[in-house]
Amino acid sequence: MIEIDSELCTGCGRCVKVCPVDVLEIKERKAVLTGDCISCGVCVSSCPEDVIEPVIQTAEVEDLSQYNGVWVFAEQQKGELKPTGPQLLGKGRELADELGEELCAVLIGNDIKDLSEELGSYGAEKIYVLDDDIFENYSTEAYTTALTSLISEYKPNILLYGATHLGRDLAPSVAGRMGLGLTADCTDLNIEEVEGRKMLLQTRPAFGGNVMADIVCPNSRPQMATVRPHVMSPMEPDKDHEFEVIEENVKVKEEAISTKVIEVLEPEGKAEIPIEEADVVVCGGRGVGTSEEDFELLREIADLLDGTVGCSRPIVEEDVMPKSRQVGQSGKTISPKLYIVCGVSGAIQHKVGIKDSDYIIGVNKDPDAPIFDVADFGIVGDLFEVLPLLIEKLKRIKEN
Amino acid sequence: MRFVVLVKQVPDTTEVEVDEETGTIIREGVPSTLNAFDEFALNVAVDIKEQKEEEVEIVALSMGPPQAEEALNKCLAIGADRAILLTDRAFAGADTWATAVTLSRALKKIGNVDLIFAGQEASDGNTAQVGPEVAAHRGLPQLTYVSEIEKLDPGEGNIVCKKETDEGHVRIKSDIPVVLACMPDPGFEPKIPNVREIMKAKKKPKEQWGIEDLGGKEDDFGLEGSESVVIETYSPPPKGEGIKIEEEPEKSVDELLKFLDEEGIL
Repeated sequence: MIEIDSELCTGCGRCVKVCPVDVLEIKERKAVLTGDCISCGVCVSSCPEDVIEPVIQTAEVEDLSQYNGVWVFAEQQKGELKPTGPQLLGKGRELADELGEELCAVLIGNDIKDLSEELGSYGAEKIYVLDDDIFENYSTEAYTTALTSLISEYKPNILLYGATHLGRDLAPSVAGRMGLGLTADCTDLNIEEVEGRKMLLQTRPAFGGNVMADIVCPNSRPQMATVRPHVMSPMEPDKDHEFEVIEENVKVKEEAISTKVIEVLEPEGKAEIPIEEADVVVCGGRGVGTSEEDFELLREIADLLDGTVGCSRPIVEEDVMPKSRQVGQSGKTISPKLYIVCGVSGAIQHKVGIKDSDYIIGVNKDPDAPIFDVADFGIVGDLFEVLPLLIEKLKRIKEN
Repeated sequence: MRFVVLVKQVPDTTEVEVDEETGTIIREGVPSTLNAFDEFALNVAVDIKEQKEEEVEIVALSMGPPQAEEALNKCLAIGADRAILLTDRAFAGADTWATAVTLSRALKKIGNVDLIFAGQEASDGNTAQVGPEVAAHRGLPQLTYVSEIEKLDPGEGNIVCKKETDEGHVRIKSDIPVVLACMPDPGFEPKIPNVREIMKAKKKPKEQWGIEDLGGKEDDFGLEGSESVVIETYSPPPKGEGIKIEEEPEKSVDELLKFLDEEGIL
């Protein structure tokens, strides 16, 4: 909801122009609300006089029962589904079954309807599709408006996002517009009875993983969380799984968007898998060397294991690899199935970024390197001797 | 112009422990510091101020216990012109939403803010939510993962920034006012204030605002005003002791492959 200070309103009409649901009008030279506000906040930011204030309405506990369904925001980039969508549907299925509610996906983009098939095969029963030019490139404002509008109309009980850069930009924007609780970077989700009501128990690490916290949102719906990529597993896709596509139409107007990408920088030439999405990450540090050729050994192992290559902070500082490949607290927090780390001593900032990997394999010359404290399997040795042997043996295994 | 930088005082380590009896985080004896990403955001703000001919006022704004004043002192030494600490018993226990509400009210009271800076996330909670929630609450656009401000054009009312995305980096333009959640590229060296700057900082204005300064009811703030509730904190389950071998490379690699095979990874 919003509140308009009609004394100060000049009746310029800008808010009327940007409102995606057309519930604002100018009457007697003042803006007035004439219908159901979806709390998207677009008018608030459009007002040149700063006289529109968002009003957050806190729901009464009894109203919360109208909220129903487990929703997953299925992120896509240029018409390709990100792995977080299927992963969240995997977890979402468990939660929905536990609650006896529907599992739904939300798909936003331009010309992306075809992706519904894929989401359906991963278990979504209903897929809400918002397909429009305006959603071609991600903008916080357009996507926030889209989601607040869907939430206001359909009242989901739970809404999950992947904790990608995009998810961590969008989810708090939606939470902030609607006054909802939100838990960041969850590593586990469960349904638990708290104070006699079934709630989403959200488990997340804090203090760089040294503390775990269980969190609930008792008084706001949907219960929202961002979830670390890769922590949840998708179900086996089933092409025969039935699903319903609901095409929605939210008209976000060009004028309502204040940000615009003017240039995409350093597009990743080769279509390399982002480190946070890969099952296997082979990471190198200063011990590997500081030229691109030095990383060839690591690349070869990554290729043999269908993984990708990452690096520690000094390697980015030396300009050998882009920032997007940096593992650790000041780079990316990752949780692959297999993390092979070579020539990285393992400063706390690095360890924090890899803690949730299923298996950590460390190779380092220094038997006291801190990386061995977190490694499931550590090899003390010269990586230039160890890695070529590993490559040779992996090739042999692959051939057989 | 006026810039406000949102800052947080955080424990100077991530190696904190949980009191197994009470389930709360042990804060005693843990030194505090200015959150590193906030320090970066402040450095960015100070850089722009130095480049601009027109008058720019930088306000460092924090919410926290009275001790958080130390972090604000550091901000003043780095280059903030004044500091405001939001401190009140009623603000305690706030989640990101209640924190954003409190900061938003203060921003409104400060008034005429052209740019709001924040660190991308704090090293204690790591949520990355307060910046965007402030933006949403104030009805402002937001840019997250900002690593550089390339151009600020107050006449045109816009700003051009470099920001990190899931795919790489983009150059992005936004109307101002805007909330910028900042994260440095590697290699960033924060400005270390000299003695003269530290002395000068002592004379800069500092204020403390409580609930009566911000207005509103007590249950809008702190734990009461929060939408998310922590019901338990605990130490993560300890990881089993790993294997470490120091053998001939041939043997080491064979052992590794055996391990990977046994764990069903290959």
